[in-house]
Amino acid sequence: MSILVIAEHDNSAINGATLNTISAAKAIGGDIDLLVAGESCGAAAEAAAKIEGVAKVLVADDATYKYQLAEPMGDLVAELGKGYTHILAPATTTGKDFLPRAAALLDVNMVSEIIKVESADTFLRPIYAGNAIATVQSSDAIKVITVRATGFDAVASEGGSASVESVAAVADKGVSAFVGEELAKSDRPELTAASIVISGGRGMQNGDNFEMLYKVADKLGAAVGASRAAVDAGFVPNDMQVGQTGKIVAPDLYVAVGISGAIQHLAGMKDSKVIVAINKDEEAPIFQVADYGLVADLFEAIPELESKL
Amino acid sequence: MKVLVAVKRVIDYNVKVRVKADNSDVDLANVKMAMNPFCEIAVEEAVRLKEKGVATEIVVVSIGPKVAQEQIRTSLALGADRGILVETEEKLESLSVAKILKAIVDKEQPQLVILGKQSIDNDNNQTGQMLGALTGLPQGTFASEVTVEGDKVNVTREIDSGLRTVGLTMPAIVTSDLRLNEPRYASLPNIMKAKRKPLEVVAPADLGVEVKSTQTLVKVTPPAERSAGIKVASVDELVDKLKNEAKVL
Repeated sequence: MSILVIAEHDNSAINGATLNTISAAKAIGGDIDLLVAGESCGAAAEAAAKIEGVAKVLVADDATYKYQLAEPMGDLVAELGKGYTHILAPATTTGKDFLPRAAALLDVNMVSEIIKVESADTFLRPIYAGNAIATVQSSDAIKVITVRATGFDAVASEGGSASVESVAAVADKGVSAFVGEELAKSDRPELTAASIVISGGRGMQNGDNFEMLYKVADKLGAAVGASRAAVDAGFVPNDMQVGQTGKIVAPDLYVAVGISGAIQHLAGMKDSKVIVAINKDEEAPIFQVADYGLVADLFEAIPELESKL
Repeated sequence: MKVLVAVKRVIDYNVKVRVKADNSDVDLANVKMAMNPFCEIAVEEAVRLKEKGVATEIVVVSIGPKVAQEQIRTSLALGADRGILVETEEKLESLSVAKILKAIVDKEQPQLVILGKQSIDNDNNQTGQMLGALTGLPQGTFASEVTVEGDKVNVTREIDSGLRTVGLTMPAIVTSDLRLNEPRYASLPNIMKAKRKPLEVVAPADLGVEVKSTQTLVKVTPPAERSAGIKVASVDELVDKLKNEAKVL
């Protein structure tokens, strides 16, 4: 078997979810090649070559791939992927954007967000917002798969010594272009990589009150998340959303503050090792999944928690 | 400009699904069905484009069993002009759905195709992108804002690190995220009017599409249950438990 993994990167460093995706590729078994498509992405390619378990790094260094837009990425992955038995990408907003295009160009179906590899053609994936787990067997000649990072331990980012090979860009049709970006700036750890996550919900009442959570987070080295309700209400930006359609997290400790616990939110965090819920409504469904529940007014409990850490 | 919207009939999002005792699938017998929430947002966006004078006609298409006509009628009540049901009793995989939609796109020649980013049953998040590949059209997935200017559409996308705007040359494909808009409710007079709007029924074979399945659902199991833990009485007790029992601080 031969597996092509598509690296997620910012042209200089490799995104962590790539390491979990390579881990899934190892569970399938076979030679693993890693594609780094970007512009002036030499540093990312160099980092990619050091990742454990990678045989060869393919580098497509071209202005076309600067922003990893779905149209050129789909064309490139379909072209390079022809010789492989499996094509894997992280189930991030980038991977989800281009990989189905590549699958359709290869005339195969795709298996989304796998959480476990049963065999080279059979995979487990959550359906119905994680309320059921499907075991899916694919008979496609090329298995095209996105990988949910929380399902697989990351491989080591050092220790490997892959060869590096340049590949040609595929001509872009020029029907899509990058216009602009508003990226979240934060010194705190990234939500999907943090070992502690503290999230606020509608109970926070407004965006300013999230300051209380930031203070606790900074003492713990934690990332700060939010429920859909808090994002919809405009308290915080969309990149903080944890849930079925937001980010999927599985930290060692998840603290849910003023979050009722809709199933769509639980879908994004219930694989956390330890869950704490702080809510003044003792009937809130979040308590049904919490290891430790504190029925309290968050406006008293959170400052007190901060002072005792 | 013509807008094509694809909608799917799925389990109502308020219903908690249960896995069948024989683990063959989830149990959908006698369960309330509705339009996929992301598809509702797609319909609403098309209607708003028409209200702004950008869109002139909205065609809504659904692929599914005969009863999926209900979701098309709902779309017509919300403001779509006519409907197409591609009737099939089979559970189609994304690639077949995309192939059927491509046939509809070839026939209808819309400037914009709007779909939900994923359906809440299989959570695949594939169809819009696959349709983009098959038609060779550009895509703006996970859209939170759509602005049409001349023959271009700017789509602001919700991405992991924030927001990104892409500019697409139309015809183009958009998949809706949750914050694109808040769908309206259909009024009673509009529901009555929708009953008289045209709804064409075709079969996949009429469109020249051969559907084939390449995925087998081996089994479906419930997720590992998390049992409720304990209630603590104070912040002090919480900190103590996290330090000494759970050892996560």
